[in-house]
Amino acid sequence: MEIIMAILAGILFTTGIYNLLQKQLLRIVIGTGLISHGAHLFILTMGELKTGAPPILSEGVEKYTDPLPQALILTSIVISFGVTSLLLVLAYRTSKINGTDNMEQMRGTDYE
Amino acid sequence: MSNLTALPIILPLIAGIIMAFIHKKTTIVRKFSQVFTVVNLLVVGGIFLYVLQNGAIILETGDWAAPYGIILVGDLLSMTLVFTSNLVATACVFYAPKSLSKEQEAFYFYSFFFMLIAGVSGAFLTGDLFNLFVFFEVLLMASYGLIVLGNGKAQLRESIKYVLINLFSSMLFVTTIAFLYSVVGTVNMAQVAERVQEVEQQGILTTIAIMFFFVFATKAAVFPLYYWLPRPYISPNPVVSALFGALLTKVGIYSILRIFTLIFNQDVQLTHTLFIYLAALTMIFGVVGALSTNNIKLVVAYNIIPAVGFMLMGIGIFTEVSISGTIYYLVHDMIIKGVLFLLVGAVAYVAGTSDLRKMGGLIHHYPVLGWLFFIASLVLAGIPPFSGFIGKLLLLRGGLAEEEILIVIVGLVTSLLILFSMIRIFIRGFWGEKTEIPLPEREHKGKMMAWPIGLLLTFSVLLGVGAEWFYPSIESISKYLMDPQLYIDSVLKE
Repeated sequence: MEIIMAILAGILFTTGIYNLLQKQLLRIVIGTGLISHGAHLFILTMGELKTGAPPILSEGVEKYTDPLPQALILTSIVISFGVTSLLLVLAYRTSKINGTDNMEQMRGTDYE
Repeated sequence: MSNLTALPIILPLIAGIIMAFIHKKTTIVRKFSQVFTVVNLLVVGGIFLYVLQNGAIILETGDWAAPYGIILVGDLLSMTLVFTSNLVATACVFYAPKSLSKEQEAFYFYSFFFMLIAGVSGAFLTGDLFNLFVFFEVLLMASYGLIVLGNGKAQLRESIKYVLINLFSSMLFVTTIAFLYSVVGTVNMAQVAERVQEVEQQGILTTIAIMFFFVFATKAAVFPLYYWLPRPYISPNPVVSALFGALLTKVGIYSILRIFTLIFNQDVQLTHTLFIYLAALTMIFGVVGALSTNNIKLVVAYNIIPAVGFMLMGIGIFTEVSISGTIYYLVHDMIIKGVLFLLVGAVAYVAGTSDLRKMGGLIHHYPVLGWLFFIASLVLAGIPPFSGFIGKLLLLRGGLAEEEILIVIVGLVTSLLILFSMIRIFIRGFWGEKTEIPLPEREHKGKMMAWPIGLLLTFSVLLGVGAEWFYPSIESISKYLMDPQLYIDSVLKE
């Protein structure tokens, strides 16, 4: 199971980076989203995947899930949610004011 | 007493929230922020003195014992850096009303400003790797808010690049933490450091170490990951540039310093030798960038990069002397970068342009700014008796003792070129025939801008002239860093 999840995370990273290297702004934003999903899946996998095991450690319990990765993912998801929404607004504003959403045309050397 | 550690994070956070609610009443917000930063500086100064006398204070949040709960570690290194960042922040908040427009002030400048301070202090104080990521995000979020403030065409274009590179490196940070967690099963820095020594396959740890270095090197702008830095740093308002230049890259360097002295010190031959080479390349490329342009803001922004190279060099050489050089240089560079960004902001404001070719003769109208700039250039380049000299002396002495001759030569040449790049601004911008004052309506404001800069520069000069006072505590920090067991014992209390 872990192997499949690791491969899936790898695929998410690859597609994310492919999108990140595109010229169109929206594709870049989607790329960052995919990468963060890959990262979250990866944390979950690293904490070992088990079915039917509660995240409790007490006497007599032999099979338990590590609760820490889940807490970490939750924090990380909230953060990436906030950043992605900010990025969407910023990308919209930038393309509107600069009149293009093509990164090639957004090089520029003029500064105010 | 251990609750004191949380104050440098909580106080700015509260202030930022209050400011968000009353953001439209500019005068009140401005006065309140100024009073508040001074109070905060005094509180942090008090804690700093307490730590100096009594040793590290450790807060276990929610009373969860060390490896399980989130901990905040206020040791001498952390508190020194928190105090220095608050010093820079105080100068910035007094400079802000003169530099920002009314709209910019009303649109949450002070909220984001306080959030940034809270994030930076948190990143310095935390003793937990995942928490470090969270505080990185806090300060980055605030910096995203600050960098788009003003909404100009070029500014938005540059800020999207800034946001993207930081977002990517943050995601990599999370992934790296996951890797480390799967190997050692904890994110508490002290416990990680303890368990790292017991791991059998050292190869995987070296891989993780390099991944961590990649993440922090992106934030700190080390060669070859510095390309994103100069342009986004000059596009926002000078106050914002000063905050970024003084604080953000230094958080990256602090993280490298902490993690590579505490946790990943098992394969020094590979990782730290890599640092030395990268440091040399960082210095060369940064200073060449600074010489390549006539935009005064860009010159200062490029000058961040060789400074990062110097600090990395100290970590790479990895002896007690060189680490104390890095710490000294870190404190020095935070203050002087704040000063320089504020100064070029003022110069560009009074001259009406940041193009060096269109300036000249400013010293006739603005003698104070001119001399401040001259002194700041000498401090940056490391002319004795200023603070840059002491830091570089320690670094180069550490390099010579370890017989890393090449990096010492590169360091010396770089210092000379830094001096050249700064003095070029002084000669071309300030000297020359007395001309008509470029923008007479800006004269009063321009002269007022010199006050906070002058005060901040005084601290920088003190740091150099009074090196005798500061050196013993810097040396003790360096001793403490070179012996990870001290940190582990103080956190885990065995």
